[in-house]
Amino acid sequence: MLLSAHASADSPANFMARYAQQAGVAVTALSPTRGEALYRSEHPGKNGAMQSCASCHTANPKQAGQTRVGKRIEPLAPAANPARFTDAAKVEKWFRRNCTDVLARECSAQEKGDFIAFLNKFK
Amino acid sequence: MNYLLRGIGVLAAVGTFSLLAFSLPSGGEARGDSGGDDLMPRLAHKNWQQECASCHLAYSPALLPRASWRRVMGGLEQHFGENASLDPATQADILRFLEANAADSGTSRMGDKVMQRMDRNTAPLRITETTWFVKKHDEVPRATWTRKSVGSAANCAACHRQAEKGVFDEDTVRIPK
Repeated sequence: MLLSAHASADSPANFMARYAQQAGVAVTALSPTRGEALYRSEHPGKNGAMQSCASCHTANPKQAGQTRVGKRIEPLAPAANPARFTDAAKVEKWFRRNCTDVLARECSAQEKGDFIAFLNKFK
Repeated sequence: MNYLLRGIGVLAAVGTFSLLAFSLPSGGEARGDSGGDDLMPRLAHKNWQQECASCHLAYSPALLPRASWRRVMGGLEQHFGENASLDPATQADILRFLEANAADSGTSRMGDKVMQRMDRNTAPLRITETTWFVKKHDEVPRATWTRKSVGSAANCAACHRQAEKGVFDEDTVRIPK
């Protein structure tokens, strides 16, 4: 009950609007191209190997990925997984964790908006 | 004669019944586990299941002592090389649950077994570092753990096909190629 109420409260479009506002830009200024570049950009990892979002989420965000210990990660693209970007606490938690792990810093509001714009483009 | 036989029958029945009655619960049931040899205690806790199991199997609290869980939960920003940080309320809630059901909490037979082989002065961060785990897996060759289909020893379910249900007995083990 609580979960479904929560789920209907947020949508990818809501998050894009919110992050655009936080970044001080129009929602139309968010860029799927920049989002994709962020998704695929490689950064030196702790074990020396290069890593990107795609390392765990795969090159195609409509596919399921895998955590480092082999557990399935449901697809990131809302077209393949409608539960994505429907829960603010969850979205913020994973941006915080994964930006810190992959980029060694937090992501900006603009980057988060671009990132969702990219994922939301998949049909 | 007839009465004597019936008397013996009744005594035998009562005896069997009371044996059953006293052997069935055997502490295990009352202490939250099923009493089976390779079964994790059956536990339910929303945050433990939701948060820990988003990246890996929700490892049973009975596999590490309280001091270990305090170390694990105190270092989530660097959790085996990954940022697994939580909001403070969720973190505290999960730690309370882990401590209450830890290996040295006296609440499960599995925990007792882990503690039997544990050096009380240590607080290992990894379940795979406990003497119990090492001993249980001593027939598994080193190369098996790093197979692509397994990944690492953290991936219980790669071989323990019913790990998600807390079932770890040998009949359910199938090591992937």
